[in-house]
Amino acid sequence: MSTDNLSSIILTLVTLAPLAGALLLMFFPRRDRDIRVFALVISLLTFILSLHLPVYFHRAQTGFQFEIDRQWVSRPNIHYHMGVDGISLWLVVLTTFLTPLCVLISWKSVHDRVKEFFILLLIMETALIGVFTSLDLFLFYFFWEATLIPMALLIGIFGHERKVYAAVKFFMYTMIGSVFMLAAILWLYAHTGSFDFVVIREQIMSGAVPNFPAAGQWLFLGFFLAFAVKVPLFPFHTWLPDAHVEAPTAGSVLLAGVLLKMGTYGLLRFNLGLFPEQSRNNAPWVMTLALIGIIYGALVAMVQPNMKKLIAYSSVSHLGFVVLGIFSFTQAGLNGAMFVMLAHGISTGGLFMLAGIMHERRHTYEISEFGGLAAPMPVYAASYLVIVLASAGLPLLNGFIGEFLVLSGAFKARPIFGILAATGVIWSSIYLLWMYQRVFYGKVTHAVNNSLEDLSGFEKWAVWPCAVAALVMGVAPILWLAAIDPAVQTALTPLTRIASRVVGQ
Amino acid sequence: MIAHLAIAETVMASLVPAYSQAFPQSADYVRILPEIVLSIFGMIVMLLEPLLDEKTGQKILGVIALVGALAGLVATWVMAQVPGLAFWNMVQVDRFSVFFHFLIIAITGVVILSSYEYMAVQRIRAGEYYALALFGAVGMALMSSAVELVLIFIALEISSIASYVLTGFRRQAATSAEASLKYFLLGSFATAFFLYGVAMMFGATGSTNIDQISGALQMGRIPLLAFTAVAFMFVGLGFKVAAAPFHVWTPDVYEGAPAPIVGLMSTAPKAAAFAVLLRIVFVINVPGTIWLIWVAAALSMTLGNVGALVQNNVKRLLAYSSIAHAGYVLVAFAAAPVLGTSAAMFYLASYAAMNLGAFAVVSHFANAGERYVTLEDYEGLGRSSPLLAATLTIFLLSLIGIPMTGGFFAKFYVFSAAVKANLIWLTIIGVLNSGIGAYYYLRIIVVMYMRESRKEVPVSRVPVALGLALISCVAATIFLGVFPDRVLQYAQNSARQMVEHSRPETRPTTPVSALHNPF
Repeated sequence: MSTDNLSSIILTLVTLAPLAGALLLMFFPRRDRDIRVFALVISLLTFILSLHLPVYFHRAQTGFQFEIDRQWVSRPNIHYHMGVDGISLWLVVLTTFLTPLCVLISWKSVHDRVKEFFILLLIMETALIGVFTSLDLFLFYFFWEATLIPMALLIGIFGHERKVYAAVKFFMYTMIGSVFMLAAILWLYAHTGSFDFVVIREQIMSGAVPNFPAAGQWLFLGFFLAFAVKVPLFPFHTWLPDAHVEAPTAGSVLLAGVLLKMGTYGLLRFNLGLFPEQSRNNAPWVMTLALIGIIYGALVAMVQPNMKKLIAYSSVSHLGFVVLGIFSFTQAGLNGAMFVMLAHGISTGGLFMLAGIMHERRHTYEISEFGGLAAPMPVYAASYLVIVLASAGLPLLNGFIGEFLVLSGAFKARPIFGILAATGVIWSSIYLLWMYQRVFYGKVTHAVNNSLEDLSGFEKWAVWPCAVAALVMGVAPILWLAAIDPAVQTALTPLTRIASRVVGQ
Repeated sequence: MIAHLAIAETVMASLVPAYSQAFPQSADYVRILPEIVLSIFGMIVMLLEPLLDEKTGQKILGVIALVGALAGLVATWVMAQVPGLAFWNMVQVDRFSVFFHFLIIAITGVVILSSYEYMAVQRIRAGEYYALALFGAVGMALMSSAVELVLIFIALEISSIASYVLTGFRRQAATSAEASLKYFLLGSFATAFFLYGVAMMFGATGSTNIDQISGALQMGRIPLLAFTAVAFMFVGLGFKVAAAPFHVWTPDVYEGAPAPIVGLMSTAPKAAAFAVLLRIVFVINVPGTIWLIWVAAALSMTLGNVGALVQNNVKRLLAYSSIAHAGYVLVAFAAAPVLGTSAAMFYLASYAAMNLGAFAVVSHFANAGERYVTLEDYEGLGRSSPLLAATLTIFLLSLIGIPMTGGFFAKFYVFSAAVKANLIWLTIIGVLNSGIGAYYYLRIIVVMYMRESRKEVPVSRVPVALGLALISCVAATIFLGVFPDRVLQYAQNSARQMVEHSRPETRPTTPVSALHNPF
């Protein structure tokens, strides 16, 4: 098949491959090894397929690529419309990259109801990719809701002690948040006759939507609430620590690595894309919330006695950077926000895997239970160090680039925000390095830790790709930014137009 | 029954000179062919019952009843070939009535399938049960094609009397007798309201034929009385569909009635009553009705969902959920005619699929004497019988409105019709409610999968008949969730036919204060 032909259906293939795998898996006999191998093969295959996207992506070209647009339901006018630009491209690849690692990290740790676990994991992957590739608002909402069930089940069935509470809390928070988005989508459809993102955007820009000036603020809030819960932006973040602590390792990795990005992606794509004027009007308080999230998340992370909770709160802080960057409306800020999303996916995904590895050995996440682990587990300690430093934003690793860009963007937009947010970088190195020190340095304080086994083969294969990716992204960010930058510019165009109009008055 | 019909006929003939045609034509009989076929099979079942002993009787009578339902579907197809009015404009065969005939008879068929096992386990006499189910279907099917208020009333009575009796079929259980009596007393009260409304409508317009009423109202005659009449009819039908504030009977009756019958009661009579209500709201189209519906919809959704949050009995929980779903359907009634009608039709179809399926699982799981119907009994079901639990999960997810299921598109169409009609607040109340509603359905899923069972609950193998019923419900739920297009198209075409039959698309947004102005 020629690449052109493949390009026209590649998004469908990438999106549906995991689902097809899950369906096949349903008919597998309950031989756990076969199921694991099969899940790994499917997720790797999806990853390889998804590599087609960056390879054949025309970086200079703006707009959506690999588009496919078929009618799905005629009335209402729902299309199977998919496509990626520089923003969603990398989020798709991030998803397909993390899923095989999730399979590997669950190889040994999941031994009960293995089949259900991997079926849910693969369905989850399809839903996540679908969220990033959909260009039809209906299709987007469809996948958006579809992510809820597998995740809630992964937490609720395979999680730890308070799993049911965490699963229900997660489900209800996001469900109630997203029904407002549904109402907003329905309003848009009623007034534009289309669910197509591109069509609706053009209609809004040309002022052809009746009643839009009056409804715009409410629509903005409808979408914003759904995304803010998902990000999670302070004060909607309380579901996150519970969900993370109770989720199985693979669940945490996907939750932090990809699921949270659905929120920031939505803000970037839909709130900025459809409601630029309202975004500009609301930017001050959104940025304030983001800033509170950065600092509050970091401070709360610092005092956590539980390793996983610490990482969870660090996510609140990092995602605050993303929102801050998005609502700075500067090119550097948006580029940075995108880069932080990717970097956070890799490094926090890695951190959760490492925490999960420790939990498997000691069945606890309490930092006080560890100490001096560098001696019995040198490979683990070294891998941990790379990921921790990446997360803390050490130059030459991926965290640094994104945060730097966000801060410079925020500084350009509103200096005081830039200055305050910069303290977040300091806090993050404090809580991460302090945690690292308590866990790995010094003498072994608990005798049981002396006999801990170092990383096994599967675990190495799961963790090292993250470390390598963190390094490559830190050294050669241009590989990613080359595609992100034009997309970000396109996203910013309506905003700058509004800004110049305001200044011109 | 026949005496009633005759009286109605005489009354009609004397009142409206247009009814000059003395004898029905042969096509008229084809236009009620499904009703005829179902009645015949019902009678066969009744006549055969005394000839068979109890054990073989249950099997054979069930098969006959099922064949009757299938024959009813075929008859519906035959009926669909001769659209038009029949019996002096009392019955109308159009796409709308064909849709509801198909839906109601299919529901009856699935209920018969899922009752096989239940009959044996609960030791219920099969003859009357199946016959009443078929007779009930006759009444409901007739409700959907009748365009004459008196005939609608008679059809409503036929279906109601069948369901009163069916509710009391668990003779050993006191709750069942209580449910039956309660349902009967309140139900008679409600149908009386309906009849009162019919009488007032006759007083207001001089006719009981829906089309003529609609025509008379367009001339601008005494609309305030007409509004009161519609309000009274709404009370009667609101009771049948379990819409708040006429919903209080629902939890008790659902708890007491046999589980497969609850599956029937919560879908088929609702569909029939909603069909009548659709004709009354959109064809008669009295200004101001929209606010009645607005309030009833908001109340039903909220009271249903809030009530369901605290239930521990699965049947009661699903009863409250059915109140909430009646509210979602009512939202569509407040929207524009074509969009609203088609959204309501789609909703009823997918609600039928998922709710019937849910009750089929519940009735299988309940076991002899319906012993296992609390949430605690469902603990660990995901491990002990994974297939059954997965099936129930699909239905529950559809009831929540998760993508890939019919429930998703159903809610979606309803709310998008509402937004299109600028009912923003009703939509917001609706979407918030569907968020709240997710909680209690999720509770069932949670106990099935995430809790270990604390007591021994025997789950027998799923017999073939029930399996068929479940498979058809799952297939319908998924089909409506992935390819909603054809069903929706059909619903929209029939809605257009029904609404534009009488008048171009208009919406009853005229405020009540404008009622006194004749023009």
